[in-house]
Amino acid sequence: MLNASLKQLATQLLEKKISSVELTEAFLKHIKSLNPELNAFITINEEMSLAQAQVADKMIASGQAHPLTGIPVAQKDIFCATGWLTTCGSKMLSNFVSPYDAMVIERFNQVGAVNIGKTNMDEFAMGSSNETSYYGPVKNPWDTLAVPGGSSGGSACAVAARMVPAATGTDTGGSIRQPAALCGISGIKPTYGLVSRYGMIAFASSLDQGGPMAKSAEDLALLLNVMVGFDGRDSTSLQRESEDYTRDLEKPLGQLRIGLPKEYFAKGMSNDVASAVEAAIAEYRKLGATMVEVSLPNTMLSIPVYYVLAPAEASSNLSRFDGVRYGYRASRYTDLEDMYKKTRAEGFGAEVKRRILIGTYVLSHGYYDAYYLQAQKLRRLIARDFTEAFKQCDVIMGPTSPAVAFNLGERSNDPLQMYLSDIYTIAANLAGLPAMSIPVGFGGKNRPVGLHIVGNYFKEARMLNIAHQYQQVTDWHLRAPAGLFEAK
Amino acid sequence: MTLSVDDVKRVANLARIEINEDESKQVLAQLSGVFSLIEQMQAVDTSNIVPMSHAQDMIQRLREDVVTESDQHILFQSIAPQVEAGLYLVPKVIE
Amino acid sequence: MQWEIVIGLEIHAQLSTQSKIFSGASTAYGAQPNTQACGVDIALPGVLPVLNYGAVERAIKFGLAIGAKINSPSVFARKNYFYPDLPKGYQISQFELPVVQGGSIKIQVGNIEKAVRLTRAHLEEDAGKSLHEDFHGMSGIDLNRAGTPLLEIVSEPDLRSSAEAAAYAKALHTLVRWIGICDGNMQEGSFRCDANVSVRPRGTEKLGTRCEIKNLNSFRFLEKAIDFEARRQIEILEDGGSIRQETRLYDANRDETRTMRSKEEAHDYRYFPDPDLLPLSIPKEWIEQVKAMLPELPEARRNRYIEDYGLSSYDASVLTATRETADYFENTVKQLPAQAKLCANWIMGEVSGRLNKENIEISQCPVSPVQLAGLLARISDDTISGKSAKDVFDSMWQNEYGGSADAIIAAKGLKQISDDNEIEKLIDEVLAANPQQVADYRSGKEKAFNSLVGQVMKATKGKANPAQVNTILKKKLLE
Repeated sequence: MLNASLKQLATQLLEKKISSVELTEAFLKHIKSLNPELNAFITINEEMSLAQAQVADKMIASGQAHPLTGIPVAQKDIFCATGWLTTCGSKMLSNFVSPYDAMVIERFNQVGAVNIGKTNMDEFAMGSSNETSYYGPVKNPWDTLAVPGGSSGGSACAVAARMVPAATGTDTGGSIRQPAALCGISGIKPTYGLVSRYGMIAFASSLDQGGPMAKSAEDLALLLNVMVGFDGRDSTSLQRESEDYTRDLEKPLGQLRIGLPKEYFAKGMSNDVASAVEAAIAEYRKLGATMVEVSLPNTMLSIPVYYVLAPAEASSNLSRFDGVRYGYRASRYTDLEDMYKKTRAEGFGAEVKRRILIGTYVLSHGYYDAYYLQAQKLRRLIARDFTEAFKQCDVIMGPTSPAVAFNLGERSNDPLQMYLSDIYTIAANLAGLPAMSIPVGFGGKNRPVGLHIVGNYFKEARMLNIAHQYQQVTDWHLRAPAGLFEAK
Repeated sequence: MTLSVDDVKRVANLARIEINEDESKQVLAQLSGVFSLIEQMQAVDTSNIVPMSHAQDMIQRLREDVVTESDQHILFQSIAPQVEAGLYLVPKVIE
Repeated sequence: MQWEIVIGLEIHAQLSTQSKIFSGASTAYGAQPNTQACGVDIALPGVLPVLNYGAVERAIKFGLAIGAKINSPSVFARKNYFYPDLPKGYQISQFELPVVQGGSIKIQVGNIEKAVRLTRAHLEEDAGKSLHEDFHGMSGIDLNRAGTPLLEIVSEPDLRSSAEAAAYAKALHTLVRWIGICDGNMQEGSFRCDANVSVRPRGTEKLGTRCEIKNLNSFRFLEKAIDFEARRQIEILEDGGSIRQETRLYDANRDETRTMRSKEEAHDYRYFPDPDLLPLSIPKEWIEQVKAMLPELPEARRNRYIEDYGLSSYDASVLTATRETADYFENTVKQLPAQAKLCANWIMGEVSGRLNKENIEISQCPVSPVQLAGLLARISDDTISGKSAKDVFDSMWQNEYGGSADAIIAAKGLKQISDDNEIEKLIDEVLAANPQQVADYRSGKEKAFNSLVGQVMKATKGKANPAQVNTILKKKLLE
C-alpha cells in the first residue's frame, strides 16, 4: 500500500477497501518510524491530519469523492496552512502558526486530501542540499550519508522513502527538480503563473513556482489538476481555461522531437550521470523520438544571473521578518535598530544572511545598473534562447543535476560549489518555462539520476505524457530504497 | 570589482543584520567568490536588450474597489511577539 | 545681497477609495487600532498585493485635470527601508514610469497669475502610525493606515515665495476635492505637504542646496515654515556658511524647523520593480472614459463666471474655492440669471458668514440655492429692502414658514411700500409736521434732508422703498 500509485489508492478508498483514516494512520506510522533518521518532516500533527481524514471518509461515503479525496499529501513547510506551524525551515518562523491557508493548501483541502505534515526544507528555500534548514539536514533515503537535494528535500525524501504518496514543493532555481532527481522521484515545476503563490512564503517572487512531487508522472498529473488554477489574490496568477493534465498520458509519443542542448552535453556532467541520461535518451529513441541538437548559448550565464536576481528579490522579500508582528524576536536588545539587527542576525541562518547581503549589495546605490539591470537583460537573452530552441524541438532534455547526490557536509562551506549544482535547472525559472525531473537510473554509490525535461509554456500535459510513456517501459520510478519497510 | 569589509558592513547595516568583525571577514571571502562568478555577466553586450522583470509578459490585473476583509486582529496578534491595547509594541521609535 | 527663495512641494493626497491600494481592507478613518489591517497590510508571510482599480482611476482623473501625460505602461517599484510602521520593510511606490507625468496648475497671488509645473504624480501605499504614548518605554504600532492609497504629487521648483507655495497647495487642495479623488481633510492627514526649500542670489540660475521640510499639516504652517527656513538659510549664507542637505521637521509650537536626519545618513532605498506586480497598462479607452466623467474644472468655471456673469476675478476665485460652493452659486444664479453679482455677494457675504459661524459646510446649508434665489428675487424687484432681506434670510435659515421668502415676507409684513401715491401722502404728512427742517433744507442745510428721510422711514417702520422716498422727497422740497 505504501508503494501504491495515487490512482490505486483512490480506487481502494472508493471501493471502501480502506478508509482515509486507516490510510493516514498507516502513513503516519511509517513517518514516525523513519523520520527520526531521515528528518523529512518538521511538523506532524496526527490530530489535525486524522480530522481531515474523517472528513474525507464522509465525502467518500456521500459520493463526493475527487480523485485525491482521502489521500495523504505532505506539504512543504513553505505553504501557510491554518493552525499549522509554518516555519519555512527557519528559526525566524519557528513559532509561526499560520492564521491562514495558502491557495495550494485551500485547493487540497477542497478536494478532501489529507495534510499529513509539513516537510523539511532549506531555510526560506535557499539551498540545494537541505543543509540550511534550522531543523537540521534531511538525509537521502537511498544513502543516509548523502544529501537529498534542496530546497524541497524533505518532500523528496518523504516520497522516496514512501512516507507519503505525494508531496508539494516549490521551485525557484531547481528546488523541486534537483531533490526529485537526487532522491529518485518525479517532480514538475509548472509554467510560472499556473500555481498561485498566495500563501507560499516568497523567496524570489519572479521565479518561485509551486509544483507537485510524487513517484510517477501519472501521479504528478493528478496533483497538478488540483494545484493549478487562477487566484485573484496573486497578481501573477494566470487566467486560463482549466485543463486535465491526465488527458494525454496514454497517448503514444508520435512525432516527438527532443532537443539536446550542445552546451549541456559538452562539459560539467559527471560520467555516471551522463551514461544514465544517455540510456534514457536511447529509450526515447526506441519509443520513436528523434533527437535534435539545439543551442542555448546564454544558458551558462544562468547562474550569475540567478545569483543576482534571486538574492535581490529575496533581500526585499525577507525584510518583513523584523520581529514586530510575528515570528522570532531577539530577547535582548538596546533599542529599535538593535532589536532589528539582533532579531535578524539570530533568526536567519548563514546562507539566508549571505543571500540577503548579496541582494542588498546588487540593488544598492551605484551598483543597480551593473548588476540588477544587466541580469534582467541577460534573463531576456536566456528566455530567447529557449524560444529559438523550441522552433526546432518539442521538449529539451538533459541531466537535472550535473552529479548524483553529494555527501552531507561536503559542500556546506563552499557556497560557490553548491550554487553550481543548479546549473541545468535555473534557466527554466528565469524563462518561466515548465520543467520536470524523472528518475532514469542510478550512478555512483547507487545514488539516483534524474532526467530533466523542459517544455514550452503551458506544455505540461505533453511533458507528462512524454514522462509517462517512458515510465510505461521502465521501472526506475517504482524503485524504492531498500530496507525501508523493516519496521513494519 | 573588489569588495571590502566596509562594503560588507554597510550592506549588513542596510539589511539590518548584526555582523561582527570576524563574521564580516568571513562573509567577505564568500561574497568575493560569488561576485567573481557574477562578474561573468559583464562580458555580454546587452545594449538594446529590454530588461525582463517578470517570467510572463503580462499586464497588471486590477481589483474592484470593494472592502472584502474583516477585522482579524485578535487572531493576527495572537502570534505577535508583544502587543498591548491592540497595538504592536516595539522599542521606542525616535523621530 | 538680494535672495531668491526656490520652493518645490511634494504633496501626499490620500485617495478616497473604499479599500486599500493593494488589499481589500477598509480605509475608513478612526477605527480601533489594527482592526483594519488585514493579512496583506500586516505583511504576513506569503501574502501578495493586487492593485485597486479605484486608486488608478483617481490617479488618471488627476492627470487629466492637470493636463499631464498618463504613462502606459507604468511600473510599481519597491522602496526598501526598515521602520516599524512599514510592515513589509519596503513601500510599494513608483520610481521610473509614474502613472502621471508633467502637467501644470494655475495659481494666483495678488494680481499675478502663474502656471506651476508638476514633475509627476505617482501611486503608492501609506505607512501605518507609530504611537509614542508610553507603553512601558515602548512605542505602539497601528497599521490601519498601512496600505491606504496615496497620490504623491511632486512640483517643479517653480515657487518663489511662501505665499506662492500656499497658493499652489490650496489650488491642488481645491482640485483634488473638486474632482472627487481625496477628501482633503488635513487634520486627518488626507492631504499632507512637504516642502523643498533653497535660496540663491537673485539673478542666478544655479539652485542652492535644499532642505526638505516635513510635517506641514496646514497652509498656515506651510507658509510659516518656509519663511522660517528661508530666513535660516539666508542667515547661514550671509554669515559665510553653507547649507547642509537634510530633512527638517517643522515644529509649530516653536515656529521653527529642526534637523530630522541629514543626507549623510540618508537611506539607500534600493528601488527595483516589484516582482509581485506587473506593469500597469492604461488603454486609451479608459482614459477617454475617465475624461468623460471629469467635471468642469475650477479654472474653467472661474473663467466662465468672469465672462458669462461679469464677476470680478476675485469673486470668481472665491466662488470656485470648492466645487460645492461653485455649484451652490451656479444653482442660485440659474434662477436669477440677470442678478449674478447680487447672488455672488450674498453667497460670499451672508451665506458664507452664517456657515462659518455655525461651522457647517455649504453642502449642509439649510437654505437651498432655490430658496436663496427666491429671496434675492424679492430684493431685485424691490419687494423688500436689503435690511429686511437679512431678517428674511434668518427666518429661512430657521426654516420658518416653510423657508419660502414670499411666505416670510407676507407673514412678517416686510413688503416695501412702493406705491408713489402712498409715499407721497406720507411725505406730505412728514413735511407738514416738520416745518423747521424743511426750512433748514431750503436754506442750504443738506443734513436736514437725511433727517426728513429718517422721519419718513420711521413712519413706515422701514418699509418704504428708500430710493422712492429720496426721489419724491427731493421733488417735494423743490416745489
